[in-house]
Amino acid sequence: MAGAPDGSDPLFEYLLRLGDNGLILGHRLSEWCGHGPVLEEDIALSNVALDLIGQATLWLGKAAEVEGRGRDADDLAFKRDILDWRNCLLVEQPNGDFAVTIARQFLFDCYHHALLETLVEAREPGVAAIAAKAIKEVVYHRRHSGEWLIRLGDGTEESHRRAQAAVDQLWGYTHELFAGDDLDRAVAALGIGVDPMALKPAWDAMVTPVLGEATLRRPDDDWSVSGGRQGVHSEHLGYILAEMQFLPRAYPDATW
Amino acid sequence: MSDVKVANDATSADDWPLWEVFIRARQGLSHKHAGSLHAPDAEMAIQNARDIYTRRREGESLWVVRSTDIIASDPDDKESLFEPAEAKIYRHPTFYTVPDEVECL
Repeated sequence: MAGAPDGSDPLFEYLLRLGDNGLILGHRLSEWCGHGPVLEEDIALSNVALDLIGQATLWLGKAAEVEGRGRDADDLAFKRDILDWRNCLLVEQPNGDFAVTIARQFLFDCYHHALLETLVEAREPGVAAIAAKAIKEVVYHRRHSGEWLIRLGDGTEESHRRAQAAVDQLWGYTHELFAGDDLDRAVAALGIGVDPMALKPAWDAMVTPVLGEATLRRPDDDWSVSGGRQGVHSEHLGYILAEMQFLPRAYPDATW
Repeated sequence: MSDVKVANDATSADDWPLWEVFIRARQGLSHKHAGSLHAPDAEMAIQNARDIYTRRREGESLWVVRSTDIIASDPDDKESLFEPAEAKIYRHPTFYTVPDEVECL
């Protein structure tokens, strides 16, 4: 797999990070399809999943174009092995109970919103166009997950306990979202990406009031895990890829 | 967030109140009844309505109303309420001659 370290276009690698986040989180959410706590929420989660997978199609299509080696978005989605995936660890975490799914979604949505707000100004027109399309969807995702987190946190004793446990359990994965590396700084310098550290204040401004309204305690920043954006993943991603990639790998060129 | 209290007692959608959804397809039209859904409060009802009833660009404005807040006419009153109008065809503007030049009426 090509990447910035071996001298290929840093934009390619950066687009993989954007696309892989959407595809993996979209896949995770799609696991709820038919299993949602209520019919209305089942449809809502599936809508979000479809939004994210649609965005991933655009990002990975752009990545394939930038790479210029004849691959397309499907090749990147279905024919890459685990070490070549660039999504953050947060999005590959299991769905858990509904509170975990909502907390994961909310923490990511706030980051995603702040990120896209910056990318709509990107100097690369293709990146700016995809961001402009995606941000309308993501504003809604954030509203939906935020309103749910408030209701779970400020709900019953059980829903509060589960929501707090979910936020505690996921908090350590949020630091990776803002840990910029050389690649981030390279694309930021080119005006086509953003150094994620710059997104932290906007993220805090979105997360803090919702935690407050949800009567949830902001967890301590006493642990963190990272590596997904560089290709070092938890074991969970392997299972996701096995399920997601089985059919196109077992039956190449299958159509349906 | 006084509405959240509704959710506090809820354990499933069966316990959530029913809401009627009205959609305005586009500017200039009126809102039309689209269906109903369950939601714990007004904000979530709007979101659920968006997700369930506007996935295919059906509208640009939503109303949700608690089903219990709708006062419906009694079907048993149908004769007294509606039949008297049947015999009053003069209430329809069908007795005017429309000039050919009038295209939009």
